Amino acid sequence: MTEEKEITEDTTPLVIQQLREKFADGLLSDAEVNNGVAVVVNKDNLYAILEYLKTDLAYSMLLDITAVDNSNLEEELMKYDYARFMVVYHLYTFEGETPRIRIKVPVNDKDLIVPSIINLWKGANWLERETYDMFGIQFEGHPNLERILMPNEFEGHPLRKDYPLRGRGERERFNFDKQNA
Amino acid sequence: MGLATDNIISGASTEQSDGNIITTTIDKVVNWGRKNSLWPMPFGTACCAIEMMATLASKYDLSRFGSEAIRFSPRQSDLLIVSGRISIKMMPVLKRIYDQMPDPKWVISMGACASCGGVFDTYTLIQGVDQFLPVDVYIPGCPPRPEDLIDAVMQVQRQIQKGELPKGVEAAP
Ligand code: SF4
Repeated sequence: MTEEKEITEDTTPLVIQQLREKFADGLLSDAEVNNGVAVVVNKDNLYAILEYLKTDLAYSMLLDITAVDNSNLEEELMKYDYARFMVVYHLYTFEGETPRIRIKVPVNDKDLIVPSIINLWKGANWLERETYDMFGIQFEGHPNLERILMPNEFEGHPLRKDYPLRGRGERERFNFDKQNA
Repeated sequence: MGLATDNIISGASTEQSDGNIITTTIDKVVNWGRKNSLWPMPFGTACCAIEMMATLASKYDLSRFGSEAIRFSPRQSDLLIVSGRISIKMMPVLKRIYDQMPDPKWVISMGACASCGGVFDTYTLIQGVDQFLPVDVYIPGCPPRPEDLIDAVMQVQRQIQKGELPKGVEAAP
């Protein structure tokens, strides 16, 4: 990309360098710079890292929270201690040279709890509910962690890889009378 | 009056004297009135609804067929147009709206999604609203053109004129 630059120069984006300085143990991976900057972080440092990005590095906008189920990707699983899910936070800043950054945190099947970041961004409320609805990730400290897209009676989390595409028959046997009551 | 009277007086039980007097049956007059004053309740949930809006707007102008009084209150309408995808969370709402409409009422299922789920063969999408509602006329297409919707409305009108009962009534015991 940047052929004029010397090869010896550290091309890591500035924001990653700053993160590295402040949270030496918190980062689990080098930055991926294809298609935007992404970095994998430790769950224990997640809140502090997001807070630091928001308050000190001016990443004032939370674009999205979502998750990825890696259970069919042996390669990905091996990298992070067989953590099945990867919760992804997309941030945006209006300043600096790296407008977009993705923060990813591996989450194990046995411990699906991630701290809620509603105190940082109010908009995280519905995004966390959606991630809970679709993947079953629990957000600790969320004031109202209920389903947001699927009906309350729905069982299972449809974006998990072990959930069948055509469902488990909900669409045929859905109980409308109970809903109307 | 030409076209309209033709409709009322057609059939063996009606006759026209040579003067200005028309004899007919009450049923025929009522059906004729009903047919030309359908009040649709639009239930647009996806892209098909855009075609429905085009049908209602000036270019295609559904009011030429007596159906311009779109009501967003089910209690004032007698033709439900389901246009778009219906999810399992939306279906109880649709069912409730249908139940609130006064009899007699007709249902048009517009587009592939409403009729059979379309390309969305997934866990959350109702594979055809006719599993839960009595549908009178289906419209194929993705999306159907405004002419198709007009054709479906006229199909409903023909059924009314013939005195056929809506599916919802036939289904009742
Ligand atoms: S049938 Fe096609 S146009 Fe109509 S709602 Fe479905 S996808 Fe959209």
